[in-house]
Amino acid sequence: MTPHLEYLLRIGDSTLILGQRLAEWCGHAPVLEEDIALANVALDLIGQSRLVLTHAAGVEGAGRDEDQLAFLRTEGQFRNVTLVELPNGDFGRTVLRSFLFCAFLRELWTALATSSDTGLAAIAAKSVKESRYHVQHAGEWVIRLGDGTDESHARMQRALDDLWPYTAELFAATPVDDAVRTAGIGVDWASLRTGWEATVLPALDEATLGVPAASAFVSRGKLGVHSEHMGHLLTEMQYLQRTYPGATW
Amino acid sequence: MDRKEWPLWEVFIRGRNGLDHKHCGSLHAPDERLALQNARDVYTRRQEGVSIWVVRADHIVASDPDAKPELFDPAADKIYRHPTFFKLPKDVDHM
Repeated sequence: MTPHLEYLLRIGDSTLILGQRLAEWCGHAPVLEEDIALANVALDLIGQSRLVLTHAAGVEGAGRDEDQLAFLRTEGQFRNVTLVELPNGDFGRTVLRSFLFCAFLRELWTALATSSDTGLAAIAAKSVKESRYHVQHAGEWVIRLGDGTDESHARMQRALDDLWPYTAELFAATPVDDAVRTAGIGVDWASLRTGWEATVLPALDEATLGVPAASAFVSRGKLGVHSEHMGHLLTEMQYLQRTYPGATW
Repeated sequence: MDRKEWPLWEVFIRGRNGLDHKHCGSLHAPDERLALQNARDVYTRRQEGVSIWVVRADHIVASDPDAKPELFDPAADKIYRHPTFFKLPKDVDHM
């Protein structure tokens, strides 16, 4: 796999898997308004995936399309970061994860708008507007639930303690990053850390949440090494194509 | 039992510039910023609007439906109050 394709899959898979997780809330959110909001965000993310995976299939040039990439690859072939495949947990944990990842995605789309890959640059220019709203929506909730009742604060702090270690992977250096940066196709994800922290840290502070100390743990989803949750997620997401190969509607 | 329900908000959407905000529905939200956010998600996901107003439903003062005879019926036979004889500029003709 070329670094270009690997880089595109990393983006398209991460938005797809988070979209799948958020879609699990459909019909289950605490209030009707948030049920619609989470589904809206999920559909935005899946829409971004469709664009990126279609583009990736073109770059691959093996005659596959977005659906084959999404529904007929196996766990080890997915390049999403581990953070997005973790179970939703409660509503607070869900919006916290969205906030952490969408704040990263907003930085990424902003940087990719000037990619030498014009297809990717066009997708980034469209997607950054969606991501801006996703950050705002999730961020408002993080602040309210963190700085809310004793119960909501305790839950949010537990969620942050659990999720925070998985954010290290977002910025971990890889040979793919070096290759795409040199080629002008993409940014080195490590370079997005400052911008991401400028969004995330003040919000967590306002939410009265304590940022956990850095640890040596670095998850490796973007290298294709996933958590135990990923296989179960794919089983549900890919069920239809696996059971009725080639089904369309 | 105290249910601590979120307050009700009325939502008004401006369809496009030059039109006025129209009441389009209501929703529940804990505060004004989330009310705006919820209104965006619930009422503008199909490109319905370019501007949103939200107002707490209990801040709206409404006329009494039973007072219709004295409030509104007297206007029925005063056609001369309608400004129907002015030509509007083309850009705002849909007002």
